[in-house]
Formats: sequence, C-alpha cells, structure tokens
Amino acid sequence: MAELQHRSFSLGRIAALTGNTFTELVRLKVFYFLLIFALLLIGNSLFMARLSFQQEFQVLKDVSLGAMSIFTSLLAIVATAQLLPRDLEDRTIYTILAKPVPRYEYLIGKLAGVLLLLGLSILAMSALFLALLFVREQMLMSETLRETAGLRPEQVQAAIRSLEESAFNANLLPGIVIIYLKAALLAALTLFISTFASSNIFTIVVMVFIYFIGHLQATAREYWLQEHGGGWLAKTFLALVALAFPDLQLFNLVDDIVAGTAIPPGLFAQTAVLGCVYTSVYLFFAWVSFHGKAL
Amino acid sequence: MIRGVIIGALLLLFGGLRLPIESSLTEQHRSAYFHQARLGLDLREQIGQLGFLAALSGFRSLVADVVFIQAHVAWERTEWGRVLLLFRQATTLQPRSVLFWDMAAWHMAWNASVAALHDEALPNDLVRRKAQREYIDLGKDFLERGIKNNPDRPQLYESLARLYKEKLQNHAAAATCYARAAALPGAAEYDNRFAAYELSFAPGHEREAYEALRRLYDLGEHERLPTLLTRLKFLEEKLGIPLYERIPDKEK
Repeated sequence: MAELQHRSFSLGRIAALTGNTFTELVRLKVFYFLLIFALLLIGNSLFMARLSFQQEFQVLKDVSLGAMSIFTSLLAIVATAQLLPRDLEDRTIYTILAKPVPRYEYLIGKLAGVLLLLGLSILAMSALFLALLFVREQMLMSETLRETAGLRPEQVQAAIRSLEESAFNANLLPGIVIIYLKAALLAALTLFISTFASSNIFTIVVMVFIYFIGHLQATAREYWLQEHGGGWLAKTFLALVALAFPDLQLFNLVDDIVAGTAIPPGLFAQTAVLGCVYTSVYLFFAWVSFHGKAL
Repeated sequence: MIRGVIIGALLLLFGGLRLPIESSLTEQHRSAYFHQARLGLDLREQIGQLGFLAALSGFRSLVADVVFIQAHVAWERTEWGRVLLLFRQATTLQPRSVLFWDMAAWHMAWNASVAALHDEALPNDLVRRKAQREYIDLGKDFLERGIKNNPDRPQLYESLARLYKEKLQNHAAAATCYARAAALPGAAEYDNRFAAYELSFAPGHEREAYEALRRLYDLGEHERLPTLLTRLKFLEEKLGIPLYERIPDKEK
C-alpha cells in the first residue's frame, strides 16, 4: 500500500472545514432573518401601493438593497465573530489543529464557510427581491395597458417603456455583487480581529465601530491629503484613520444605481477587485496574528 | 507584543499601498456623479442624530426615502412649509434621484402655489399672488438645482420647460429647455417638436421658430401633426412667407 503523503495545502481539508463551518452556522438558525426580509419587502410593497409607480419602485429597491446590505453586513460580523471563541470553548480547535492541519487552512476554511453562508443568503434575498419586483411590474403593466387602451400605439409604448425602466435596471446585479463583496471584506476583517480579541462581544463592538468609521474613511483621507488640513495632531489622527480603516463608502454603489446612475463596467471591476484584495489581505493578517499563537 | 507591532506596521503599509487606488476610485465615482450628497451639520440638525448616523453608514438612500414618504404625508395634509423642508432634505440626501427633484418642484410650483392663491388666511389678493409667485420660484429653484446635479438626464429639463410654459408664460425659456432635453440621450421624441412649438409662441423668435418648424415638417409625414401645421401656417402668415415657399393649404 502506497504511503499517504501529507500535503502542506489541501483543498480537500479546506472543503471539509468549510462544510463544517457552514453546517455549524446553519444550525444557529441564522436564516430566520430571511423571513424578516420577506416580511419587510411585502409590507413595504403593500404600503407603497399608494404612491406612483416610479416612487414605489424607487422605494422598493432602496429598502430591499438597504436591507440586503445591513443583513449581510450584520451576518458577516456576527457569524464570524463567534467562530474562533466557539471552537475554543467547545475545544474543537484543539482536535482540528492537533491533526496535521495548518492554521492558514483552518482560517481559510472558516472564512470560506461564512462566505458560502453569505453567498446563499444574498442569493435568496436577491431572488425574493427580483420576484417581488417582477410581480409588481406585471401588475402595473396590466393596469397601464388597461388605462392606456384608447391612446396611440407610440404613447402606449412610451408608458410601458417608462414603467420597465423604473422597475428593473441591469445595474442592480453588479450592485448586489458589490454588497456581497463588502460583506466578505467585513467577514475577513472580523476574523482578523477575533484572532486577538478576548471575546466575541469585544469583536462585534470593535467591528461596529469599524463599520461606522469605514464609511467616513474617505472624508478623513481627503482632509488629511489636503494641504491646509489643520495641525499636526489632527493630521496624524486623520492619517491613522485613512491608513488603518477600509474605505467602505466605495462599496455603496446601490444608492446611485437605484437613482438611475449607470456604473461604468471598469469602475465596477475595480471596486470588485479592491473588495477581493481587502478580503485576501485581512485573511493574511488574521493568519499572521493566529500563526504561532498559544491556544 | 512584537507580533502586534508587526501587524500594526503591515496594516499601515497596506493602507499606504491602497491610498492612491482608493483616491482614484473616489474620483471616478465623483466623475460618474456618485456621492454628490453633502452631509453637513445643517442636515444633521434637520434629520436628527439617528437619521444622520444612518445616512453616514451607507443608508443615505434609505433615509432619503423615509424623508420622501414623510414629505408625501405632509403633502396629503397640505402642510406646505413641511413639504418644502422635507423635500430639501430628501434632495440633499439623494441628489441623483430625478424623481425627488421633479416631485419637489411639482409640489411647490403646481400644488403649493395654487393653494397659496386660494388661501383665505392671507389678507388680500396681492399677498396671495406674491405667495403664489414665491412657490413657483421655489419649484423652479428645485428644478435648476436638480439639473445641476443631473445634467445628463432629460427629464428635469422637460419639467423646467413645462414650468416656464405653464407657470411663467416664458415660451423662449421653455423652448431652450425642451431643446436641451432633446439633445440628451433618452429624451422623449416630442422634445424637439415642443421646442419648436414653444419658440413659435415667443415674441421676437418668429423667424427662428418658422425655420425649426419647417425643418420638422420636411422630415416627413410622421412629424406633420395638427399643432405643427397650425403653428407653421400662422407663422407663414405673420412672416409673409412667399406663396411658393408655403406648405400646401390642404395641410392647414
């Protein structure tokens, strides 16, 4: 029988860790938030029926994408924050790391599990959102056709075109991808913080602060880089904020997509690459922090 | 301790490396008209601490929608001062939403102005007319600022043209707005025609209007609509166009 050789990097081991992490998270019944999301959408849709169709679609899209963003960000932070403390508490981590599993594989597996959960959640939310958008569009379409029955064909066409343009916008899809990448970034950063945090509460609190500061990072960066931007103390503080925190505002494309702005594909691609780089670098930092740490 | 210092240094190094990329991306966002919202202290006072915090945390659009719905409710109660205040907040939070600017202008120039004209609480007709004019100017101001924030979209030019035509009877300005709308992608096909119609009503622009209408007429049957033919005939008479250059009488 051929001797089994231990490989320093194994996709199989990472897949096993990913599957295990995903199962653990699903058992925490985190998918209940999907129910809240569905209720929010349907409730919003019923309430908005009193507005004009342009208003209704704009509010529906804003509420749905805003809810997607907050739910995925919260899920990324809360689900990741409890991974390491839970494994330590259950002593599962000792069983895993006692086997020839490198620590980076452990971290990659854990993060991949969260990313899988986030991916499925955002897919489910997108499906719900697009289905509701489609149903409302069809309902309003038949209403419009009924109301414009006596008009000239080009006027009917114009009314239908206006309705279609208000309802679905192809830019919504890249916008949703960017929401996912922002959540992935937050998950990787949470994993990094949790490698040296004393408890998951500490990690969550720190991440909430990072979330708020991250949305103001661009403002701090601009003030820092301005020539007449205040004294050295203020400049040092602004430099620290600009250098240490991620710029989360760059990932808020949906506000403008809903308002009808077309995202240039190049800009979308650059934002997506930046999101991937952030996630990879924070995962690397997590490994630097976790590597050789006495457990 | 050493590990902490190494991680801190790496974090700052990464920050330094991504700095030019982030600055360039922010610039690209700006040039694509993103993130034009100015979240200042005055807005914080208006929308409250919680709303301001939400706006800063990536939920600007959502907060704008909530404010917009509040404005809608205020309109249903005909609280015009509150409608104005709330629409100012909504448009500040989401300046790329054409809908907000358009609705704000419509409420001010059409609804509030008419309400002011019939407001029994105001002492006399002069004051009522003054209030009406002020609301129309507020509507115009919303549209002009909306256009500054959305120069690439035709809808607000069309709305401003309607306001000039119906509320201010300034047909030359209406024609200019329709012409600007027509030059933008996504403009309605009638914008060019409406620009010519409005010009035909503007004193001193008869020759220009005649040429514009004639150009449209020469495009073919699909442009020869009743209003176009009527205005063209009117201008032929007024300008004394030679008979052989006039459109056939059967088209009258």
